[in-house]
Amino acid sequence: MKILVGYKRVVDYNVRIQVKPDGSGVVTEGVKLSANPFDDIALEEALRLREKGVAEEVVIVGIGPADLTAHLRNGLAMGANRAIHVTTAEAVQPLTAARVFLKLVEKEQPGLVILGKQAIDDDANQTGQMLAALWDRPQATFASKVEIADGKVTVTREIDAGLETIEADLPAVITTDLRLNEPRFIKLPDIMKAKSKPIDTIEFGSLGVEAGDHLKTTHYAAPPKRSRGVMVKDAAELVATLKQKGLL
Amino acid sequence: MSKILVIAEHLDGKLNPSTARAVSAAAAVKPEAIDVLVLADSADTLAAEAAKIEGVSRVLTATRAENAHALAAVMAPQVAKAAAGYSHVFVPSTTFGKDLAPRVAALLGVAQVSDVMAVEGSHTFKRPIYAGNAIVTVEADPAQTVVATIRTASWSAASNGANSAPIEASNIDVALPSHTRFVELKQGKSDRPDLQSASKVVSGGRGVGSKENFEIVYKFADKIGAAVGASRAAVDAGYVPNEMQVGQTGKIIAPELYMAIGISGAIQHLTGIKDAGTIVAINKDAEAPIFEVADIGLVGDLFKIIPELEAALA
Ligand SMILES: Cc1cc2nc3c(=O)[nH]c(=O)nc-3n(C[C@H](O)[C@H](O)[C@H](O)COP(=O)(O)OP(=O)(O)OC[C@H]3O[C@@H](n4cnc5c(N)ncnc54)[C@H](O)[C@@H]3O)c2cc1C
Ligand SMILES: Nc1ncnc2c1ncn2[C@@H]1O[C@H](COP(=O)(O)O)[C@@H](O)[C@H]1O
Repeated sequence: MKILVGYKRVVDYNVRIQVKPDGSGVVTEGVKLSANPFDDIALEEALRLREKGVAEEVVIVGIGPADLTAHLRNGLAMGANRAIHVTTAEAVQPLTAARVFLKLVEKEQPGLVILGKQAIDDDANQTGQMLAALWDRPQATFASKVEIADGKVTVTREIDAGLETIEADLPAVITTDLRLNEPRFIKLPDIMKAKSKPIDTIEFGSLGVEAGDHLKTTHYAAPPKRSRGVMVKDAAELVATLKQKGLL
Repeated sequence: MSKILVIAEHLDGKLNPSTARAVSAAAAVKPEAIDVLVLADSADTLAAEAAKIEGVSRVLTATRAENAHALAAVMAPQVAKAAAGYSHVFVPSTTFGKDLAPRVAALLGVAQVSDVMAVEGSHTFKRPIYAGNAIVTVEADPAQTVVATIRTASWSAASNGANSAPIEASNIDVALPSHTRFVELKQGKSDRPDLQSASKVVSGGRGVGSKENFEIVYKFADKIGAAVGASRAAVDAGYVPNEMQVGQTGKIIAPELYMAIGISGAIQHLTGIKDAGTIVAINKDAEAPIFEVADIGLVGDLFKIIPELEAALA
């Protein structure tokens, strides 16, 4: 079985994003970029399935500008067999990303596609579900446990009510939640080895995908700021203050 | 003019309050009609409940055995079909809606607006990105159906009781897939208020130290009638189950009172409580970032302070 993994590059989760004063965007110049944390988890899960003998090949996919290569090399160093780089200068919206993944699915015929549940830049939480719909296959979102046997995948999902388990026929789309696994660290020798692993570059325009970037972002604003309030000296004063506010 | 279809969320025969919140967001569009669609294996009680929500014009029911569990792959084709004739489809931005709505949008071939915080016009919305560190204004294409998830913490529930909207059984004739099957749901059974709609929430973090120690957080919460939440660190350490996690990747909540106990205030946690009325922080580290956003802060050891709070309340 082959597994396709979404491997998006985003602003590192430790960066405190700043909105440009003119509302035209957020400051990304000189800001640290990393793999989307959920995508590192997706890749880790795929690697573990390969190590268990469930899968033979793990292919990471990045859709983005020409300089994405270094980022894809990190995924290869982590252990992916190869990478597909769909080149486009513009950031793509989830429907477009899902359509790109569908094209790659048709070409690669994977048994499983693992994406992050959300990209921490757009926080859309859409691409996996959209791909599953377009492909007409099962989706198991927010996965915290994945088991594969007899052509079926059993997934435990983190939902608001608790933990839900569903079973789906393969091929299927899984999106990862944080507790699915802890991604491995990249070791130095693996970085050297990754240099010889293949990256297929495909021009976005050559895929014949109709862009689904239907949303226009017209303005960026900083969120309303909460400011530091008062400090109380002890429990009695805290209770008194809350009672005064009518909260207790 | 706009016509909005709101997809009802429910569990164990009860409507989730997120549904009435999505109705509030729909009302902000000032549409000609707001219809609520209930997909269930037995929809009568749910439909009757939905019919009472203020602003609802009509309740549609899709009763099928396959709708016993909220499987997106099963529900999406029905919603996509039912969407014909509507300008907007609104779904709560809970795990239910986040799972379902994009599948519907893709079937309709349209973009989705995730986590609507504010409605600026029939096709203009505000939504958070970068864990809420930026708020964007987005315009959806007026030529297409708007599929949106509604950030429940941004909307109060439309009031309940006065309305009695007509209920109609809808015949949504679509083939449903059998490739996805429900196995089980493990719910943390609790008599405490529901975390997502409670007016008071007490949360514990890594500072609480263990599953056993968490009992003191529960005990205090029960004393003031609060729901109990937790940081991701507390969930990861196994102190509490995952459904109690508050934050960017947990629940986004807006209680009147939020008490963070032994929680440092990581940005991903704060994302989940930005809209709380009053934030109280109890932490032994005076430098903890949580104090930068807390309305009331108390520096000290939680194991000493919680019993003192209980004593002060008695
Ligand atoms: C992509 C991503 C998503 C995430 N999503 C979430 C999310 O949804 N929700 C979330 O919460 N986190 C989330 N996190 C994790 C987040 O970054 C923090 O790691 C986490 O919130 C820390 O939890 P904490 O405050 O309980 O633990 P810590 O940061 O370890 O803080 C513990 C605090 O307890 C205090 N303390 C210790 N002992 C006592 C005592 N006896 N009395 C009083 N105070 C005491 C300490 O001073 C400290 O401030 C996410 C991280 C990533 C990368
Ligand atoms: N440009 C992209 N390149 C690679 N993977 C992507 C891209 N966009 C979305 N994805 C995948 O889809 C997931 C969800 O993204 P989103 O729907 O934008 O929140 C991500 O975690 C990735 O796995």
